[in-house]
Amino acid sequence: MKLTSKMAFIACTTALATPTLADEVEVLHWWTSGGEAAAVSVLKDDLESKGTGWVDMAVAGGGGDAAMTTLRARVTAGDPPTAAQMLGMSVREWADEGFLGNLNEVAAAEGWDDVVPTAVQAFGKYDGNWVAAPVNMHRPHWIWGSAKIFEELNLELPATWDEFFAAADAMEAAGYVAVAQGGQAWQEATVWEAVVLGISPDLYKSAIIDADEDALRSAEIVESFEIMRRIRGYVDPNFAGRDWNLATAMVINGEAGMQIMGDWAKGEVINAGLTPGVEVLCGVSPGTQGAFLFNTDFFAMFDVGGDKAAAQQNMAASAMSVTFQEAFNLAKGSIPARTDVPGDKFDTCAQKSMADLAEATAAGTLFGSLAHGHGQPAAIQAAYLDVVTQHFNSDMSAEDAAAALADSVMAAK
Amino acid sequence: MRTLRRYLPQLTLLPSLILVAVTVYGFIALTVVLSLTRSKMLPRFDRWEGFSNYAKVWNHPRWEVAMENFAIFGVLYIGGTMLIGLMLAILIDQRVRAEGALRTIYLYPMALSFIVTGVAWQWIMAPDLGLERAFQIWGWESFRFDWIKQSDMAIYCVVIAGVWQASGFVMALFLAALRGINPEILSAARMDGASAPRIYWHVIIPALRPAFLTAIVVQGHLAIKSYDLVVALTRGGPGYSTELPSTFMYEFTFSRNEMALGASSAVMMLILVTVLIVPYLYSELRNDR
Amino acid sequence: MTVEAARTPGTLQRVLIYAVLLLAALFFLMPLAAMVFTSLKTMPEITGAAGFESNTILTPPQAPSTEAWGTAWQSACIAVACEGLRGYFWNSIVMVVFAVFFSVMFGAINGYVLAKWRFRGDNIIFGMLLFGCFIPFQIVLIPMARLLGFLDMAGTLHGLIFVHLCYGIPFTTLFFRNFYVTIPDELISAGRIDGAGFWSIFFLILMPISLPIFVVAIIWQFTNVWNDFLFGASFAGADARPLMVALNNLVNTSTGTKAYNVDMAGAMIAALPTILVYVVGGRYFVRGLTSGAVKG
Repeated sequence: MKLTSKMAFIACTTALATPTLADEVEVLHWWTSGGEAAAVSVLKDDLESKGTGWVDMAVAGGGGDAAMTTLRARVTAGDPPTAAQMLGMSVREWADEGFLGNLNEVAAAEGWDDVVPTAVQAFGKYDGNWVAAPVNMHRPHWIWGSAKIFEELNLELPATWDEFFAAADAMEAAGYVAVAQGGQAWQEATVWEAVVLGISPDLYKSAIIDADEDALRSAEIVESFEIMRRIRGYVDPNFAGRDWNLATAMVINGEAGMQIMGDWAKGEVINAGLTPGVEVLCGVSPGTQGAFLFNTDFFAMFDVGGDKAAAQQNMAASAMSVTFQEAFNLAKGSIPARTDVPGDKFDTCAQKSMADLAEATAAGTLFGSLAHGHGQPAAIQAAYLDVVTQHFNSDMSAEDAAAALADSVMAAK
Repeated sequence: MRTLRRYLPQLTLLPSLILVAVTVYGFIALTVVLSLTRSKMLPRFDRWEGFSNYAKVWNHPRWEVAMENFAIFGVLYIGGTMLIGLMLAILIDQRVRAEGALRTIYLYPMALSFIVTGVAWQWIMAPDLGLERAFQIWGWESFRFDWIKQSDMAIYCVVIAGVWQASGFVMALFLAALRGINPEILSAARMDGASAPRIYWHVIIPALRPAFLTAIVVQGHLAIKSYDLVVALTRGGPGYSTELPSTFMYEFTFSRNEMALGASSAVMMLILVTVLIVPYLYSELRNDR
Repeated sequence: MTVEAARTPGTLQRVLIYAVLLLAALFFLMPLAAMVFTSLKTMPEITGAAGFESNTILTPPQAPSTEAWGTAWQSACIAVACEGLRGYFWNSIVMVVFAVFFSVMFGAINGYVLAKWRFRGDNIIFGMLLFGCFIPFQIVLIPMARLLGFLDMAGTLHGLIFVHLCYGIPFTTLFFRNFYVTIPDELISAGRIDGAGFWSIFFLILMPISLPIFVVAIIWQFTNVWNDFLFGASFAGADARPLMVALNNLVNTSTGTKAYNVDMAGAMIAALPTILVYVVGGRYFVRGLTSGAVKG
């Protein structure tokens, strides 16, 4: 009885499983809806037109956390996907474990070295070999303003924190919520890293990129938490748990004056039938003109062996083509990871981003974003986020927060 | 052939035993070993850290919050489901009309995953969307329900949703047990002239003891496994004020690439389970024959 | 069965009882109402746009429309495919049917042996099986992935069914064993005298009277397997992904505007089978529990 039922079980179910064919790519990602799904469809269609099939393995949730869990299960089972969407630090950590393939051939043929900013290459390459194809560059430290409110109160987008708080006072006096903020650790960290960068790019480099203990215990970090506390005072009481897109909607609807959030917020603006830079103003967060934080989505290529390698190389080449990077980033709200894509089809905010990128690259002020997986490996990143969110959601003093931050980061290192 | 027939019953157990030995006990053993390594993103058994992983977890501020929340959540969730479950079972047992419909209404949350109901609960709890706004629009201007936005109150929202999901199941357990009570005991009590509340307190509720035990264990393991609930409702926030051991374990293993620390926290969870369950199993199995 | 003294309250008490029961029913129905109402509304009505300012999530829709249900079923975009949930529904059905069938059969036979063919150490074995109920699934994810890879079942439907079987057996064994313990031993010995063997006693004598506990075990397993996300997301192949994974992808987007009515309709579609199972089987559920799971 046991035996027959088991055989029936295997017989019935084997028929339902089909393996990936050699001319297919299986892609794990978390772009499941809206502009992102549209963006990734561009790649799928492009590949299919070239005869390479696309097997979709999307897992949404937790800003990629759920997808990374699935990825781990797949790799542990010895069945990795052909390619997986990853942020920079993940690429590095997976390469460290020795699971990623080699894209040097296609990278050399297509000249990736010449068109991708060095700071992005640092993540896409491991040990001098290309292992992942970068498709975009997001910039997390934008400030979005309701044109209606700014006009009504005769204000300009703030360039310094003093101007920011002056504007916030005016907005509150006029009965608006000054700062639209979502309540999740990564959103609070998005603001905090913008504050640190605004104090000085050097501080960002020493305290975040280098995780230097002296820098973490410095008066400037205390100052960053003081600014966070002041910002908190202008946030409405219902912010906890709010999704970022609902906070953006408050700015779009003219209920709130400003939001500090990455350029993916543009997708919401466009979806609402408005134009970024017109009804919703865009600028860089206070004090960060001339500097540039980025986060980049990569397609990391797993070492899947000979017969699938050709399809994999096709996919890498497609993902890095000028036409794809243009179409993808128009749909996604980011700017291309290639610097030679013409900017004329992009909106004014993206064009500003492109110009700023060139400026920051030249000045050496282009850094990976901590909140978005390009500053520190996951364990240390989380140590920062723990303290930032703890401080923002309690009445912890700035001095205590700075001390807790240094302790937390040093313990995780 | 004859020996085969003689051991047939034991043999039929064998496949299940092997499966459970590997996928429960084997995996637990692996987790214990893992907790002593320096595994980061994937299991690695070539570098050893030893018991200091446990100290790291124990001293982590998030674990402290997780344990505190687990105590609050565990007590209120188990207590709440028991209380509401028992109350509903007793009331439904009063020969009410539409018993079937009511029972189904109380039971259906058990059928739903929090992936399904998570958003609805977030809305209900959110003061600007849910109950608070609804009551204010209906005329109760001073009504306040914004716990989910407050670090020190949000865990109670998690309790409410948890109680909502599991109370019906506890009700079904108690209802089943009430219907199974020997009627002679009750008529004897009635002959003695005892009032209804006295009968409930002194005769019926004590007779429900096995159901209590089952309910406590079922709820206890649900409390320890509770993960979807927190993720759907608060994602651990505000800050990390609604962290539970299960979310801690997941977060460290899968989001932070601290697999060894995640495994240490998992082992501590398992110890909690064992402390809770083994005495129950012992008494359950001893009273059996 | 019912006892008059304890169960025949006066009129005032009756009113109170119904009041409490109805209040509780409202509390239990609240999330469901919010979901159903939202799924039947238009987006402006949900977001409280002009004309709908005094709407709440608990206000019934002004002009109910099933459009969102249609979208969720057949045209909502989930990642690169705009075909709604319909394809995944079938995947889930296949998975559930096999997983429930095997875990319930294994549990029934285990329960039968543990209750009626006692041997030295049977209670220890039962206790060890039971402990499996309590293992948090997040713990087993990585080791299970390794095992599935080893068995060459990674990324397949039967691999996924195998996982559900492993973690279903402890529960089903518990249900059946506790049920069969309450069946008088005389029934078995009578069968033996009539010459019935191990299997014929099970199939001819016990199976026909096991309906209530089968219902309990099936409901329990059906619900758990259907609602699982973690295993489905981790172990299912690209062409066999269950409904909950698809629903998660639909609802849990990180960017992009949310169509809440479609999200809610999708959630309702995903929940319908389990709700149906509870509505249809609910009566037997309590009856089955009475007869086994909580021995009085």
